[in-house]
Amino acid sequence: MQLEYTPEQEAFRLEIRSWLEDHVPAEPLEHFDNSREGFEAHRDWERVLETGNWGMVTWPPEYGGRGLDLIQWLIFEEEYARARAPGRVSQNGIFLLGPTLIEFGTDEQKKRFLPPMASGQEIWAQAWSEPMAGSDLAGVRATAARDGDEYVLNGHKIWSSRAVFADWAFGLFREPGTERHAGMSLIFFPLDAPGVTVNPIKKINGHVGFAEILLENVRVPEFNRLGGEGEGWKICMATAGFERGLMLRSPARYQLAAAELAKLWERRKGDPSVDPALEDDVVRAFMNAEAYALSIYRTASMLIGGATIGPEASTNKIFWSELDIHLHRTALALLGPEAEFLSEPGAHDWIDDYIFALAGPIYAGSNEIQRNIIAERMLGLPRK
Amino acid sequence: MDFSLSEEQQMFAETARQLFADKSGADQWREQMRSGEARIEARWSAIAENGFTTLLLPENEGGLGLSELDFALVAEQAGYAALPDPLVESAGVAAPMLAQLAPGHDLLARPDASIAIQHPANAAVADADISAAIILHDAGTAYLARPDQVGLSRRESIDPFRRLFNVEWDKQQATELGRADWDLALDRGALFAAAQGLGIAQRCVDLAVAYAKERQQFGKPIGTYQAVKHHLASAQTAIEFVRPVVLAAAARIGDRDLVAQSLISHAKIVALEAADNAARAAIQVHGAMGYSWEVDVHLFLKRSLALTNSWGTPYFHRQRIAKRMATCPIGPSHTFDREPQNA
Repeated sequence: MQLEYTPEQEAFRLEIRSWLEDHVPAEPLEHFDNSREGFEAHRDWERVLETGNWGMVTWPPEYGGRGLDLIQWLIFEEEYARARAPGRVSQNGIFLLGPTLIEFGTDEQKKRFLPPMASGQEIWAQAWSEPMAGSDLAGVRATAARDGDEYVLNGHKIWSSRAVFADWAFGLFREPGTERHAGMSLIFFPLDAPGVTVNPIKKINGHVGFAEILLENVRVPEFNRLGGEGEGWKICMATAGFERGLMLRSPARYQLAAAELAKLWERRKGDPSVDPALEDDVVRAFMNAEAYALSIYRTASMLIGGATIGPEASTNKIFWSELDIHLHRTALALLGPEAEFLSEPGAHDWIDDYIFALAGPIYAGSNEIQRNIIAERMLGLPRK
Repeated sequence: MDFSLSEEQQMFAETARQLFADKSGADQWREQMRSGEARIEARWSAIAENGFTTLLLPENEGGLGLSELDFALVAEQAGYAALPDPLVESAGVAAPMLAQLAPGHDLLARPDASIAIQHPANAAVADADISAAIILHDAGTAYLARPDQVGLSRRESIDPFRRLFNVEWDKQQATELGRADWDLALDRGALFAAAQGLGIAQRCVDLAVAYAKERQQFGKPIGTYQAVKHHLASAQTAIEFVRPVVLAAAARIGDRDLVAQSLISHAKIVALEAADNAARAAIQVHGAMGYSWEVDVHLFLKRSLALTNSWGTPYFHRQRIAKRMATCPIGPSHTFDREPQNA
């Protein structure tokens, strides 16, 4: 065990830090879920990142990456958060589909889809859930019927983040007549293809963060299927592993928020409206963020050493989603009567971040489902 | 940056796990409680023969010259087994202090000699009666005395295997060892209490899982019910975010700075919370059986209860973390910092 960065890692940190200092926009961008302008501003930022070859540092160079290891990825994420660089509008692609493509895709698919994903030229949405298939994802009813070397897609997808403005979606479809985990395939479709209708859905913060997608006889080539026909469930679970395990929520954002919370405490403590006992929660928020960071560093070290991520990824998802809510509730308590007001542009948006945190225990597999996974696959408790 | 244990470290921990599983099981606890024996000599000598009592001592003192990280792995297993013996405080805190203050002391050459320690953070001295010597505290100075040179009065603990004593002593009857590093002793005590907490927590989950697979109600194992599953999944989730903190604290204790102290304090707080939560979840899953003396979960609940306020209360440890937060940079990229003036 060696808990110090190597000189090469320190040099890499300085390289990314200095690049970000030169390139991160001085003014925060409008949120990417709120308007086409905000979305495109974030796509432009992805193009700027690509000019520095920072799109997705862990990917192989031939697909738009730098071939770096997971420790370097964590360093990149830390510097990215420190610099308050814009949110990644391409996160569904680069953090979820990308790693899955690298594992299961053909060379031709990787060449076709990864570079524009890394550069922000093509931004991806996820199309898994359906009105009747949420936590019970194996209940998916959308179909992919084979017609020569094409698939004809039909169905109703919902809660698709980014789908309103994105270019592509990856969805779970089943061969007509199949049931449950069998017969499903993971298929890509352009969101502007004939037969695709996207209806925005407002989130509780008023943003159009997600959408329903109606597919009516949408034709895509067989090339758009990731992995074998009927292997969709297995591939989908691998994607979910990346989502819960390591990529989706890197620790840096929570560490940044915990540090901001500590500053808020320093500003607010002593105010007659502030309970001195809130210091315990401020310390707790810091501990949680640090514990999450230490855990992810440990996971990264073990993955570099040849281990694989198993069902323990579900503990990550529970931990970050719960710490996020606790941290933001503490901030609201410190703000007291000011907490309910919408933030001025440029100020730390505690109330909106709190509303966003409330989604954490629901998306990427509800925390109830995660607890089932932990109980059954980590602890070995019986399914029924 | 490499946050993984070596193969040797993993094998060492496995040796400890096996030894404690063989020698500190439910049958042995019950027999020891029935007989009231202070120490099971066969177990203690096996512990000493495996080198666990001399692990932290330098090689020129006949020790293994290993690190706090290695000892933390043993302490975790001691927690997992609710080990009754004075291994953790003697070998983890007292012996290294004696080696520092009195190099070449003849007690250091006796791996089976346990050493008790009086520390201002604790209310009593553990295992004082069965120790070969007690390190005593007076205004920052350490003294050494044999149990027969002091007055011992037992204070019964809720934990049947904690032998706690008030010590009445007189400097005339003790040997002065000089100014001691009581802060380092506290850090070691807290770190190894955290490591034990980690083991206690995992044992409680394991006991409850085994019971939930067997126990049938409404025609099926209670472990099939989500209400039961989610108690244990939450307990396991907490454990997963304690282990890296304990390991990092153990790896950094030698830095002796505020960052290291904050990590140790973090480990101490969350490990004993995880242990307490897991113990209470395990009792709940066991139902009325869990509230009985027949099921072993109560031993882990009590050990956790005792360790929570030993070697610094949660409040004491929270204050150390708050101090780091107020005086050192925090946030992304600062996780593995040294305290600035020591960097």
